[in-house]
Amino acid sequence: MSEVVNVPTMAEMMAQGKQPEVLFWVGCAGSFDDRAKKITKAFVRILNRANVEFAVLGTEESCTGDPAKRAGNEFLFQMQAMMNIEVLNAYEAKKIVTACPHCFNTLKNEYPDLGGTYEVVHHTEFLKSLLDSGRLTIEGGQFKGKRITFHDPCYLGRANNIYEAPRDLIQKLDAELVEMKRSRANGLCCGAGGAQMFKDAEPGNKEVNIERTEDALETKPEIIAAGCPFCNTMMTDGVKAKEQEANVKVMDIAELIANAQDL
Amino acid sequence: MMYIDNILFAIILIAGIGFFAKNVKELTRNINLGHDVNRTDHPSARWKNMAMIALGQSKMVKRPIAGFLHIIVYVGFIIINLEVLEIIIDGLFGTHRVFAFLGGFYGVLIGSFEVLAVLVLVAVAAFWIRRNVIQLKRFASSDLKGAPKKDADTILYFEVVLMSLFLIMNAFDLKFQDMNSGNIISQFLAPSPDVFSLEAVIIIERAAWWFHIIGILIFLNYLYYSKHLHILLAFPNTYFADLNAKGKLDNLESVTKEVKLMMDPNADPFAAQPVDENAVPGKFGASDVQDLNWVQLLNAYTCTECGRCTSSCPANQTGKKLSPRKIMMDTRDRLEEVGKNIDANKGVFVPDNKSLLNDYITAEELWACTSCNACVEECPVNISPLSIIIDMRRYLVMEQSAAPQSLNAMMANIENNGAPWQYNQQDRLNWKDEN
Repeated sequence: MSEVVNVPTMAEMMAQGKQPEVLFWVGCAGSFDDRAKKITKAFVRILNRANVEFAVLGTEESCTGDPAKRAGNEFLFQMQAMMNIEVLNAYEAKKIVTACPHCFNTLKNEYPDLGGTYEVVHHTEFLKSLLDSGRLTIEGGQFKGKRITFHDPCYLGRANNIYEAPRDLIQKLDAELVEMKRSRANGLCCGAGGAQMFKDAEPGNKEVNIERTEDALETKPEIIAAGCPFCNTMMTDGVKAKEQEANVKVMDIAELIANAQDL
Repeated sequence: MMYIDNILFAIILIAGIGFFAKNVKELTRNINLGHDVNRTDHPSARWKNMAMIALGQSKMVKRPIAGFLHIIVYVGFIIINLEVLEIIIDGLFGTHRVFAFLGGFYGVLIGSFEVLAVLVLVAVAAFWIRRNVIQLKRFASSDLKGAPKKDADTILYFEVVLMSLFLIMNAFDLKFQDMNSGNIISQFLAPSPDVFSLEAVIIIERAAWWFHIIGILIFLNYLYYSKHLHILLAFPNTYFADLNAKGKLDNLESVTKEVKLMMDPNADPFAAQPVDENAVPGKFGASDVQDLNWVQLLNAYTCTECGRCTSSCPANQTGKKLSPRKIMMDTRDRLEEVGKNIDANKGVFVPDNKSLLNDYITAEELWACTSCNACVEECPVNISPLSIIIDMRRYLVMEQSAAPQSLNAMMANIENNGAPWQYNQQDRLNWKDEN
């Protein structure tokens, strides 16, 4: 894989007097989590390939506050939100793309009331628009005929009614999209939302991610596609717990597209 | 003496409706214990929701068997109630089947009521079997142990009795049977003169007629004490439901004010705050029903305990204590308790050392939620258990600092370095140069 070549920051753009076409909100997972960083890089390689003029906030980005808000800490959420909004508004950000459905939901739905109104899109929607407008073309060669099942992230699906963009992308790869028994609006959570990612589960008889991984494995997939770094972690752990990691990969949609492109 | 029936009927009718009015008054008083939230924006979208979801049952049919059976009972309930209008006129004015002058059309009406009555009986039998014989998981779970189970069965028995009385009333009405129009079902139940004397037939017909209308009035008044209020409240509940994307949680305005003050470089932190003598000390989040908003309380009264939420909840499916249905049932039970407290204390709530939090809903239940919105998606009448869970978490965290340790660590990280993990914000772009 070729290395990432070009990741301009908003500060650099501003110094050149330029406004990027889209601001890429990397998110905490995308910035720090080893697995999620690979998704970030895959997405950037696609943006570079499609000649999208984008920029990141870099060290000026901070947590959107989503896990704090879902944990009940409205103070911390609003402090994070207002700091981020100050930065975003200072750069006159118009359009934001992010590969994290939690950042996506918070930026899109919860920032406007606090003074931050932007056009916010999830990276699967953005990638689809690149394909639709012909700025990006993919040949599915590598994934042709592969069985891929898609796990709907709650914060993309039920929370924001986006079900088709990721599926359209999988189909563009000439892959065989197989649906789990619970999908789209009926999709089962991976277990990470609502700040669960950062705590142990309450006593029960099973972990949620195992239950969901079983749904996915029932479809006998070669790849479990995800559209959220947290779902990715949960499903990856689930596949490991089921000792299927030799047979089943968990990949983000951006990674599928980047791999198909040999990026 | 002639009018004694009519007078008796009027008294029963007025008593039944009067008692119902009293219940409605109490119900609205309790719902208004919640704080205000504006849900009157976008009226056309709200009417549409009500038409599609409450009237059109669009979310019920997501589970086709229950959805289909429910539509039968629902249509039966609404349509057969047209018959009640005739009963009321007959009862008040001493007429007999006052709409019979409609002729053939009357036959079509009553005939369709009779068919529906039989279909309702079949559907109710199926419901009873699902609850008591097959014992579907969502009906057999611990949420429903005791009173709620009895309540659910009572409602089914009520419906059986009401539908049977309607058919018997028609079957034993000789004049109606003589019309031979619309007695599609009741003709098979009509009394044989060999078995029943004319006197017995008349007594049975009158008894069925009276018990039918009295039964309806009792059922109307049973609603407030049962989980069955949804037949009325589904309509306002879907109208006033949150129209935003499900992922959007409200931003607490009280917090916004404080955060803005904190972040304003020109604000004088030592300046005396204007003192409002009447100001109620603010409370962040909810520990009791009065801290919830009125729509959340309306939600609690609307819930009919079908358990679709709980059966789709990832926490519940994996054995955690959380059950979104129980959240709604607890909220209602506590609200009833608070309402009775107010009634017993001349209109003022006297603290009873109890609260929705801990006495009804435990922190363990609240922390098990993944905020996945499956419960909200599933609810056939757009109830949001999630909004109550979040408001109660807010109380736990902002008023009591009672989050699980690991969440406190996560929040400390966000506060100190802008990420839920312990990484330096200055390292945010390091991924760019890593292999």
